[in-house]
Amino acid sequence: MSIRLVLFMFLALFVFGCSKETKEETAAVEDHSATASRDTGAQAHGTGENAQGGRSALDDPNSPLATRVIYFEFDSSEVLPQYRSVVEVHARYLASNPSTVVTLEGHADERGSREYNLALGERRANAVKSQMTLLGAGDRQIKVVSYGEERPALEGHDEAAWSKNRRVELRY
Amino acid sequence: MTRKILHLTLLLFSLLATCNSYAIEIIIDKGVENPIPIAIVPFSWSQAAGMPPIDIATVISDDLTRSGRFSTMEDKDMPQQPHDFNEVRVKDWQRLGMENLVVGQLKQTDKGDYVVDFRLIDVYKGQQITGFSIPSTQLQLRRTAHEISDIIYEKLIGVRGAFATRIIYVTLVKNREGVKKYTLQISDADGYNPQVLLESKEPLLSPAWSPDGKKLAYVSFESRNSAVYIQDLMTGARERVASNPGINSAPAWSPDGTRLALTLSMEGNPEIYVMNMASKQLRRMTNNGAIDTEPTWSPDGKLLAFTSDRGGGPQIYEIPADGGDPKRLTFDGTYNARPVYSPDGKYIAVVHGEGSAYQIALYDRGTKHINILTDSHMDESPSFAPNGHMIIYTTTGARGTALAAISVDGSIHQRLALQDGEVREPAWGPFTNR
Repeated sequence: MSIRLVLFMFLALFVFGCSKETKEETAAVEDHSATASRDTGAQAHGTGENAQGGRSALDDPNSPLATRVIYFEFDSSEVLPQYRSVVEVHARYLASNPSTVVTLEGHADERGSREYNLALGERRANAVKSQMTLLGAGDRQIKVVSYGEERPALEGHDEAAWSKNRRVELRY
Repeated sequence: MTRKILHLTLLLFSLLATCNSYAIEIIIDKGVENPIPIAIVPFSWSQAAGMPPIDIATVISDDLTRSGRFSTMEDKDMPQQPHDFNEVRVKDWQRLGMENLVVGQLKQTDKGDYVVDFRLIDVYKGQQITGFSIPSTQLQLRRTAHEISDIIYEKLIGVRGAFATRIIYVTLVKNREGVKKYTLQISDADGYNPQVLLESKEPLLSPAWSPDGKKLAYVSFESRNSAVYIQDLMTGARERVASNPGINSAPAWSPDGTRLALTLSMEGNPEIYVMNMASKQLRRMTNNGAIDTEPTWSPDGKLLAFTSDRGGGPQIYEIPADGGDPKRLTFDGTYNARPVYSPDGKYIAVVHGEGSAYQIALYDRGTKHINILTDSHMDESPSFAPNGHMIIYTTTGARGTALAAISVDGSIHQRLALQDGEVREPAWGPFTNR
């Protein structure tokens, strides 16, 4: 939690543009672009974890940035075409917010060997990372961690669960 | 003897006040077609009053029955209950077709310790096969009974028994809110005396015994990323030995205990490294953009087998422990991973994927072919007993993961389950000397 606090502070200090207090956001924000440049507003620092600063785009449930998970096919670490736009939108956000860091968490479904799945999860996260850096995100802005099959999103033992567990999650 | 399905339920409760009680059940659901008949006569007890601290004959009988290779006689069918060789009326047993007899005595000494005497008798020859007088203590009595089972097994099967060994495994329970708790536990090979070695809210995997049975290496996510730890089994003292960026996992001790092979991805992608345990120096063994993981040592310490998907999908490769070019071993099927050598070096057990099934299979180092052992669909993490006779592994079903064991020829099968929660990642401990 304390790392997040530090990041919030950095964002509040460095991001150009306004940081609205929470209750102003819903009224004011029409522009859903990933860049955080807005033309008015004071730097409002909330207390502790509520110091949203330039993160308002990340907190907007209607923004494409709200999509934080990419799914994969069985035994594959290829980023499917339908997720390219998700990767792009996050890459551009990072490119415009050079002090923002995202962690890509790689996962695999439960089948097969546990340790190999740990490696497969990492390969998936790295595949997303390479696409993001090609699209302008900085290498140092993207951390990669793999949980292999250890943190399933869905607990079942069938393809309905497995297809939801083969994923990379983006955590800001 | 016709083949029977034997249901043996052993309920047990933890002796330590600090841990939760886990009840472990071992069910033998498949045994050999012609098990060896043996009668274990209840041992005498030297104190006139009171019950013996443990029923030695029952521990031995349960061990032998659970092995799938013996059929034991019930007390009520015994024509007599002798306690030493001279008391045995051989003809009474011969008449029943009973081939082997075990008789014995449990004695308490003046100091409060114990002596266990036993004789294994060949009924047809009317001769003693073997016999020992074993000193023991209150705490060790159950182990002494297992040691007697080991001796009987060795005399009648020809291979040392593995009853006086221990296993380590990972458990996972969820509370009503769905919050997960992982533990590393150790128990006797029959599931008794479970003790919690470590508890964590984050995943634990890949426990690996040191060859001397004194330490455990494992992977823990407690610091939010995978890291390799080593823990002293007696004292519980822990040391974190690998916590680099990326993956730190798959620890495997060399047979001489001086080195630890592991997987690290800190230099870009998962590669095999060998760590010198004294200096903590790392030596990189593989250099390939593919996934290289799951290293394991051959019994003579000269080779490392590992999983690599450099050929497209995971297959088993072998490399000299001193370094060299990896050589691919497996060519049967599109998925072979998680290798482990048998103690005699003849086989490498693997997780073999075919169609939608993942099963335990044996790669024969002589014929270079793979034979599938299990017929369930989601199996993983095989571990050999130190006598090479049984392989314990994880099997996943509708209720999650559980343990099972199968003999190398597939003729014997056991299920081992916790009453509460899931079990996985078993590691069978080494022989420890008497």
